[in-house]
Amino acid sequence: MIMIDTGDRIAAKAAQMARPEFIAAYPITPQTVIVEKTADYVESGELDAEYIRVESEHSAMTAVIGAAVTGVRTFTATSSHGLALMHEMLHWAAYSRLPIVMVNVNRALGPGWNIWADQSDSLAQRDTGWVQFYCASCQEIFDTIIQAYRLAEMEDVQVPVMVNFDAFVLSHTSMPVEVPDQSDIDAFLPPYRALWKIDPDDPITCFNMLPQSEFGALRKDLHDAHGRVKELIPGIASEWKERFGSYHGGLVEEYLCEDAEYIIVAMGALGAEARVAVEELRREGMKAGLARVRLFRPFPNEVFRRLARNRTFIVVDRNVSIGSGGGVYSELKSGLYGFANAPVHGFIAGLGGKDLTFGEMCEMVRKVADGRAADVEWWGLEE
Amino acid sequence: MKMQVKAVISRPADGVMGKTGAWRDFRPELDSSKCIKCLLCWIFCPDGCIKRADDDSVSIDYVYCKGCGICANECPKQAITMKREGMGE
Repeated sequence: MIMIDTGDRIAAKAAQMARPEFIAAYPITPQTVIVEKTADYVESGELDAEYIRVESEHSAMTAVIGAAVTGVRTFTATSSHGLALMHEMLHWAAYSRLPIVMVNVNRALGPGWNIWADQSDSLAQRDTGWVQFYCASCQEIFDTIIQAYRLAEMEDVQVPVMVNFDAFVLSHTSMPVEVPDQSDIDAFLPPYRALWKIDPDDPITCFNMLPQSEFGALRKDLHDAHGRVKELIPGIASEWKERFGSYHGGLVEEYLCEDAEYIIVAMGALGAEARVAVEELRREGMKAGLARVRLFRPFPNEVFRRLARNRTFIVVDRNVSIGSGGGVYSELKSGLYGFANAPVHGFIAGLGGKDLTFGEMCEMVRKVADGRAADVEWWGLEE
Repeated sequence: MKMQVKAVISRPADGVMGKTGAWRDFRPELDSSKCIKCLLCWIFCPDGCIKRADDDSVSIDYVYCKGCGICANECPKQAITMKREGMGE
């Protein structure tokens, strides 16, 4: 079935087809539609789930954690300030190894008050232990949400997954999406079988105190699971492609990278825009390519080390870590250090939803190629 | 079931949440000769650390007792006295 709808409504459809047994969510622009639509699915009987309307995002994540420890599949969604309010509980979800799947619609944090696309909200949650995907189309949103459950629930993973996509550019933009039959989704994503759960007939305690002697091992175990995530995602994406046809790359979507001298690195909808820029630059005779980061945590260092030979990277970050720089820029430089000498140029651009066109990305690449670019530039600020 | 990953869970058993008696600064000591088995200490202990025997005699569970001193305060016969931990007699 082809469904033509917005990113939010496609996300809600994917959530419904993943058959979560529990949802708790709190509305925030531009994610509100997901809350409304998933509630509709429960109300209409198209989704058999408990739905708790909570009083805050902190409560939403806490309720989802509480449900997840009873051994059921869960879903929630948030954005921006809502994600920030969840911050404490994101750690509880990850370090309790609960395979929760959450959509985050990337939106700026105020002040200045701003509801538009900006990835600084989820990048601020970088160290909470969650796997983070970034999508570039409504089809990728649908596919990634279903795949996220498959990944999160694997016995040797058991890690919560955040599926991110840009405010309005994707959340409120309609695109055609191929939606498989429910029976085919069920075959790809069988019912969740928890490795442990709280149960009055077989009581256990979770969230226990842990002495100093064992604490580090718990952290390392989650870190090691992130390593396995990088090994497992390409296989999951390939299996999806075999079953359903659509494919968006493994950890990184590589486009025309093989002979590229200049590779644009971007995440989310900017990655789709960068694809157009690459085609434009190719028409001009410049050997340009795109490496669109689908996975920010764990970060695909190995992919970039492989790509780095005789290349120059141009990183476009719709986010900023104040006092450091663009998030992807910093990760990439850190990952390459000691492995490759590829020059890396960073552009901090499109913050707060400021439009960033493929033409501007072409200009970034030309500027780097001409040796006119600083290591890091703030792009497109009003003079 | 074999766990594939590490998560902090436990089954009910003595000490799985930690031996919290280690937090104690003051240690309640019971002089059984003064005890009249009124069980006020057993009722008031906020952590269930007063053990009641079949004959209503009481004893103190030092594995969990955090030394709050409520038992000593409630005892009408001053049968329980609080002693500084680690200071000896």
